[in-house]
Amino acid sequence: MIMTRPSRRAGGFALPVRALLCTSTCAVLGLPLLAACTNNAPAERPGAGGAPNPRALTVQATDTECKLSATSAPSGALTFAVTNGGSKVNEFYLYGQDGLRIVGEVENIGPGITRELVLKVEPGNYISACKPGMVGDGIRAPFSVSDSGEQGSSGNDVELVEQANQNYQKYVEDQTEQLVSMTAKFVAAYKAGKDDEARALYPVARTHWERIETVAESFGDLDPKLDLREADLEPGQKWTGWHRLEKDLWPARAKNYQQLSTAQRASYADNLMKNTKVLQGRVDDLEFSADEIANGSRGLLDEVATGKVTGEEEYWSRTDLWDFQANIDGAVVGFEGLRPLLKQRNPDLDRSIAAKFAAVQALLDAQRVGDGFKTYDKLTKAEVKELSDAVNALSEPLSKLAAAVV
Amino acid sequence: MTSTRDVRDQPAETEVRTAPPETRQRPPVSRRGLLGAAGAGLAGLAAGAAGGFALGSQEAAPSQPQTAGTRTYPFYGEHQAGILTPVQDRLHFAAFDVITDSRAELVQLLKDWTIAAARMTQGLGAGELGPTAGPYGAPPDDTGEAIGLPPAGLTITFGFGPTLFRKGGKDRFGLGDLRPAALQRLPHFPADKLDPLKSDGDLCIQACADDPQVAVHAVRNLARIAFGRAAIRWSQLGFGRTSSTSTGQDTARNLMGFKDGTMNLKAEDPAAIDAHVWVPGADSKGLWLTGGSYLVVRRINMTIEIWDRQPLSEQERVIGRTKAEGAPMSGGSEFSQPDFAVKGSDSEPLVATDSHVRMVHPDHNGGAKMLRRGYNFVDGSDGLGRLDAGLFFLAYVRDPGTHFIPIQMKLGLGDGLSEYIQHTGSALFAIPPGVAKGGYVGEALFS
Repeated sequence: MIMTRPSRRAGGFALPVRALLCTSTCAVLGLPLLAACTNNAPAERPGAGGAPNPRALTVQATDTECKLSATSAPSGALTFAVTNGGSKVNEFYLYGQDGLRIVGEVENIGPGITRELVLKVEPGNYISACKPGMVGDGIRAPFSVSDSGEQGSSGNDVELVEQANQNYQKYVEDQTEQLVSMTAKFVAAYKAGKDDEARALYPVARTHWERIETVAESFGDLDPKLDLREADLEPGQKWTGWHRLEKDLWPARAKNYQQLSTAQRASYADNLMKNTKVLQGRVDDLEFSADEIANGSRGLLDEVATGKVTGEEEYWSRTDLWDFQANIDGAVVGFEGLRPLLKQRNPDLDRSIAAKFAAVQALLDAQRVGDGFKTYDKLTKAEVKELSDAVNALSEPLSKLAAAVV
Repeated sequence: MTSTRDVRDQPAETEVRTAPPETRQRPPVSRRGLLGAAGAGLAGLAAGAAGGFALGSQEAAPSQPQTAGTRTYPFYGEHQAGILTPVQDRLHFAAFDVITDSRAELVQLLKDWTIAAARMTQGLGAGELGPTAGPYGAPPDDTGEAIGLPPAGLTITFGFGPTLFRKGGKDRFGLGDLRPAALQRLPHFPADKLDPLKSDGDLCIQACADDPQVAVHAVRNLARIAFGRAAIRWSQLGFGRTSSTSTGQDTARNLMGFKDGTMNLKAEDPAAIDAHVWVPGADSKGLWLTGGSYLVVRRINMTIEIWDRQPLSEQERVIGRTKAEGAPMSGGSEFSQPDFAVKGSDSEPLVATDSHVRMVHPDHNGGAKMLRRGYNFVDGSDGLGRLDAGLFFLAYVRDPGTHFIPIQMKLGLGDGLSEYIQHTGSALFAIPPGVAKGGYVGEALFS
């Protein structure tokens, strides 16, 4: 299972310094310069057959040296293939002329590894730097970019990413709020022994969890307390959270099940409520980069493919299609936020993803009953296969979204 | 993957995908290159071969001895590869349902498959970037499990099932009028116990190679390319060939322990191949299939444990051949023609009347011959300690109506072997003719 791991920082910075957010893939800088992206090396280089491509540079980094194949390049999309020939983990940076502003970076280059930094650069003076050991100012040298007529990327991209981030932040906060309030209703009904009411509320409340599942799961301590399935318990691990209550409300598939006492019910329910509120406190501090939003959408589809299409998530209640819909809801929100950017970068991919989302939704709509869905046990094998095919059809182009928007 | 290529590969690709040597810290991932380097001492390859591939030099075309691993077969040609090609050791077969209703998307899928298949059969990655290149934030366009493996004689053969033309009464792609009469679901045969989840399909891919992982890699990457357009309906691994399609190959044994396919059509007999394998241009609806073939697919389970308890005399009687040599029970050696008339002391024919060899012999089937290309399979066990095993029967014929259906109808009723086997899967596919460079598989059907 692949999760989006949101960066946790206190909110309130007027200008987010996005370099801090750059985890494993790309840095989208809070500066009107460029989108930078690391490639794994070595990719194809146009013009390799004839004259060397002046925009394809190599960097030989060691523990003591930082040798660039050229100290200047024409403006446009530059590729720095950074090879770490030393023994320490290295980094490569392109700074602005002031030596402070990060234009692009590639981190975590292990010894012997080559990584590519691909970025669009405007004409001007810059400073290149390798940072063996990932500490200090690094080994710096001037680097100049001449005006070739080709431009770097506009500030527009950065604004679009910021817009996507703000939209997604709001969505996560809003869903968490609704999760808290619906969980409170569910818990109240369950504790009061109003089982029919609790059963009706269960899939509705969980919808808000499932819509932001990849975010919620990124809190490795909270997720198992809230969403662990009985089958996934380790020996000696205490089972708490949604699915513990689910089994108590739908014990039909359990053998010799002993209903929880009123006191036990209260204890499990209060625990669920408490941890849900902890989750709410944490999501308020989140910020999302474009690749995190994109990978979050893909991650939600991974959740659908592994847990919902198979009917494993809601083993007792069989309400998997509610979760399925909620995962799709969350994935759509992430995708929609990135669409303005994607439409500029790759309109074909944009159309493809949008069409596949629509196809999945049409299949889900066909399974609606009242305000909800058919239970999983009412689905035929052919219907499950059809849903699975549609999820695969969507997941494949969606897996290309992150690289297309960073 | 940057420079895994056959020397016959197009120069244009070579240029695009090769970086200047001085930019490389390590040698590029190269299936042919790695093999050349590692195998130079063992296989006696030309010493310069590995370096030549690694640099992607399209000029030097070293005459390289084709060992089992490095062997490649051309993808493009008059007929699809994987039919007359000497049978490779391993199989991964997959049947697909087309899940789009768009003719344009189906055509694009066939184009995409053609390009990827042409690449993989020459030892290249499925996509242009390869398994370890491209954007770091994107999944690679090749899945990578074939890195370091040689081309292994991979062939990829595509076919079209009857349901591509009409499914549930619906002509999804405007192909309904182009379905040849012979291309229809095989009839129910006596003693069939077919599993719908192991039968039929709109499209099929037969990937054969001398390395199992190379065959699996091919199907996996083609299935990935198909997501959203076609979904795997069922698939089958075969681990050992049970036929030979060349006189240069020994006759292999099936899981009953007997030589199988002794009488098989061989590539070295082109007149017989023309007469029994390739579809002639006679069917007005099926002109697009001229030069193609029909592929009959039958998943045949063997009740292996019961078979193994039979006396050798019973085993040889049922097959009609000796187990050791494969000679007909009437005498001679493996390739002697059986004498169906000669009788033993009990006045019964030496080649029993219900023996398999008698039932399937061309003399008793209007002269019909098949080009068999089957594989042994074992798909684990059944929970009662019995192997889920048997023969994955593949046969290429010019017309299933004359070359398979009547024979199987007869076998289902009277073959002594049917006591020990059960047909659990069935499919029929039209195999379009070969692809010209720049074209795509099945192009004549859509133009």
